[in-house]
Amino acid sequence: MKEPVFAGRPAPAQPDLQELIGLVARGDHEAFSRVYDAVCGPVLGLVRAVLRDPAQSEEVTQEVLMEVWRTAARYQPSRGSAMTWILTLAHRRAVDRVRSAQAASDREQRAALLDRTPEYDEVTEQVEASLEREQVRRCLGGLTELQRQSVTLAYYRGLAYSEVAELLAVPLGTVKTRLRDGLIRLRDCLGVTV
Amino acid sequence: MTTADLHTLTGAYVLHALGPEERVEFEHHLMECPSCDQEVRELAATAGKLSLVVAMVPPPELKQQVMRRISTERQEPPGPGRARLERRSGGRALSRFVLAACVAAAMGLGGVSLWQHQEANDARQAAQRAERQSAELAAVLSAPDAKLAAGGLPGGAKGTVVVSTSLNKAAFFTSGMPEPAAGKVYQLWFNDNGTMRSAGLMNPATPNNAVLMKGPVDAASGMGVTVEPAGGSSEPTSAPLAVMNFPT
Repeated sequence: MKEPVFAGRPAPAQPDLQELIGLVARGDHEAFSRVYDAVCGPVLGLVRAVLRDPAQSEEVTQEVLMEVWRTAARYQPSRGSAMTWILTLAHRRAVDRVRSAQAASDREQRAALLDRTPEYDEVTEQVEASLEREQVRRCLGGLTELQRQSVTLAYYRGLAYSEVAELLAVPLGTVKTRLRDGLIRLRDCLGVTV
Repeated sequence: MTTADLHTLTGAYVLHALGPEERVEFEHHLMECPSCDQEVRELAATAGKLSLVVAMVPPPELKQQVMRRISTERQEPPGPGRARLERRSGGRALSRFVLAACVAAAMGLGGVSLWQHQEANDARQAAQRAERQSAELAAVLSAPDAKLAAGGLPGGAKGTVVVSTSLNKAAFFTSGMPEPAAGKVYQLWFNDNGTMRSAGLMNPATPNNAVLMKGPVDAASGMGVTVEPAGGSSEPTSAPLAVMNFPT
């Protein structure tokens, strides 16, 4: 790689996450510490929402942060923000953990899991005051009931769309469509651009 | 799955709500659909915002542990590469992946171009996908003596069976299987010289499906698929949809 190396140059006072990831890619521990501070709260909260178990959640959160450290050089800003990249890693790892646990469990346990009452309302109970969080809450409230349930069950509970369909007793195709148009409505409400 | 159907999977994809085969099929589609790719980027950023609502304060010792771990963890260089794929998992990952690509090709998923694209662009992701499959399924695929045979199923669906004699295990892949009628399931069978021995049920929820056949291959010379009442049967109660001989 012919990329110039800036090792030793002091980091700017308030670099954004993308710049910090660039420094992490060059092995900068201090930059990684600041990335940790910026992302660990949402990462742990997301993993915990999916996995529930506190010890497993911390374990998976550690795996996510280690993956950030290992693969920082592979982050491509053209694919999206650094925060999105890290949260996508976190969600995928949490979901993988849930699915492997499901694969290991027998049919009864799996049925019990699907019978469990969805707790998506609980998710919004944990909110602290913050402008952006309030906006996300408000936009979630702007979805149709089926959109909101489909999106929150898939995102916060890590369910496959076939499981969402089973839980909500709606056809598979309906869930696929609600996941997409629900996220599109959220995107527009939050003004997300890439 | 039609192209129009694939377009609607952007939401399920960014929420990691697709099964492994559908995910591969959709990622293949993404390479050819710039508007889908753009939508995926936007919806992934949107989904990320949902995590703000559940953010929590991490315990202080978590940071200490992570900071300690990074000091002994090697970082990967930029860019994907086959060298890294081999280094990460030894030669086995590659042979497993080649075989998986063959299976995809046999299933009509355009496995060859998929393979080329991934080799060129993101071999590591592909290896991770393979790793995410159940360990036993991956073990059958990566067994040095794994052999595969492909065959047609009714309604244009395709089936591929992979057999490893050394592991005494077989895996069955389908593409385009319609869901069975209400109250019915697909059941797999080992063919023990004309006697059918149950090899478990096949999940009908996805049209593309990979399943590890239940039980040892032993002396079975082939396998079959039947439609059975929900829960399965101890012996076939209907004519098989397909009977395939194991590759020798």
